[in-house]
Amino acid sequence: MNPWRSLRGTFAAFGVTLRSVFRRPTTIQYPEERRAPAPRYRARIVLTRDPQGGERCVACYLCSAACPVNCISMAAAEGPDGRRHAAWFRINFSRCIFCGLCAEACPTLAIQMTPDFELGRREPLDLVFEKEDLLVDHGGKDREYDFYRHAGVGVAQPRGAGSEEEPPVDVRSLLP
Amino acid sequence: MGELLLHAAVHAVRLVIILGALLTMAAYLVWIERRLLARMQLRLGPNRVGWFGLLQPLADVIKMLTKEDTVPARADRWVFMLAPAIAATTALLTFAVVPFGPPLHLFGREIPLVVSDLHIGVLFFLGLSSLGVYGVTLGGWASTSKFALMGSIRALAQLISYELSMGLALVPVLMLAGSFSLNDIVAAQAEAPFVLYAPVSFVIFLISILAEARRTPFDLPEAESELVAGYHTEYSGMRFGLFFVGEYINMIVLGALTTVLFLGGWHGPWLPGVVWFLVKVGGVAVFFIWVRGTLPRLRYDQLMHLGWKVLVPIALLNVLATAAVLLGVRA
Repeated sequence: MNPWRSLRGTFAAFGVTLRSVFRRPTTIQYPEERRAPAPRYRARIVLTRDPQGGERCVACYLCSAACPVNCISMAAAEGPDGRRHAAWFRINFSRCIFCGLCAEACPTLAIQMTPDFELGRREPLDLVFEKEDLLVDHGGKDREYDFYRHAGVGVAQPRGAGSEEEPPVDVRSLLP
Repeated sequence: MGELLLHAAVHAVRLVIILGALLTMAAYLVWIERRLLARMQLRLGPNRVGWFGLLQPLADVIKMLTKEDTVPARADRWVFMLAPAIAATTALLTFAVVPFGPPLHLFGREIPLVVSDLHIGVLFFLGLSSLGVYGVTLGGWASTSKFALMGSIRALAQLISYELSMGLALVPVLMLAGSFSLNDIVAAQAEAPFVLYAPVSFVIFLISILAEARRTPFDLPEAESELVAGYHTEYSGMRFGLFFVGEYINMIVLGALTTVLFLGGWHGPWLPGVVWFLVKVGGVAVFFIWVRGTLPRLRYDQLMHLGWKVLVPIALLNVLATAAVLLGVRA
């Protein structure tokens, strides 16, 4: 042990703290001053629409399967044209950890993260967002993306109505 | 009879003023510490309650008074409830022997600016400082919590390590002043403060009172990063508040003692005595905060090593050297 070194180490530290007193604090005075979050900041989740204004979500359940805290729930439904959509869609933000796995899993870019982090609510139940609360009127990060232009458009007739098609099986009837 | 009543009334008013001033100073020392420490860490500290956060101590007192006062189910109830009072009372009582200004002349009556000019003032201080650790030890022991118990054991181990060096550091001062009375010690420093005659004593005393006040780098009994909160882990509400206030009163009292014993007490040019006293006490308190912002906590064995193997031998040699010099000068 070098006593000179330890002494210098002890007393030089006093200079460091003294200098810090006269430096500008790095604190942001939050409600008055705000720091703009990065555009890809992961906060409140939204459901976006395609360029035609229709819902992008096809209720594939991938987001709800990817969610590590199981905060996304929904029920799938089918429109008359055979396209799937969510009958209801619910995100419980009091459970959400904003990991972004749902947005990564989404094949249609429907579910996206926004930088709006001010999600404080008085009641925990106010943090349960329904489909109406989640839907926005734009395409989010990629406004021109249209899933059906890549995947092709579904057959515009009910299932089982084709000439050589059998009616769809109700899977529940197969259960033991 | 009338004279006696008047005397008692003057004494009571003086006591109330001193107590109020001491508690207010302790409250604002908390504010100063939080602000200054924050600036050392490039933060702002409390600045919301009132102008520059100056009402923060008041808000904290209201918060602590209205909080639930919990006693752990298996705690030793009476000891648990008494311990914070011991901690705060011993800290307050020590101030009784500290002279904080020249005697005041009001309406043809001399009012000494000290609660009691005890002729064994230094011994009184040493005794109370040893008693003060009972508050910590009993509080931690009565909590029946392992963290609190470890904190109080550390407080005891710390006490026996620093107290000897603190007492020995005071011996040269006593030899220089030739008295145990703090008033006489201040009077002996009218020309030059003792820190110039006994700088080694001053440094040893300063290190020892850091341990006495249980502050960084000797805050082992609290050690919030190891022992949750050490001896006051189980305390809540105003009982915790008493420990907390006691710590800050202790800081002021120890600052006052450093001022009286080494920095010339209330002596100083131009300004009135009380102002000089406050400036010096504030300086020592700010030094305490500066140390807290700078140094990390010592380990248990490092504290023992420092106390027994470094400070005590140096203090002993210092006593011998001072005695030799004094003999040479007086002969």
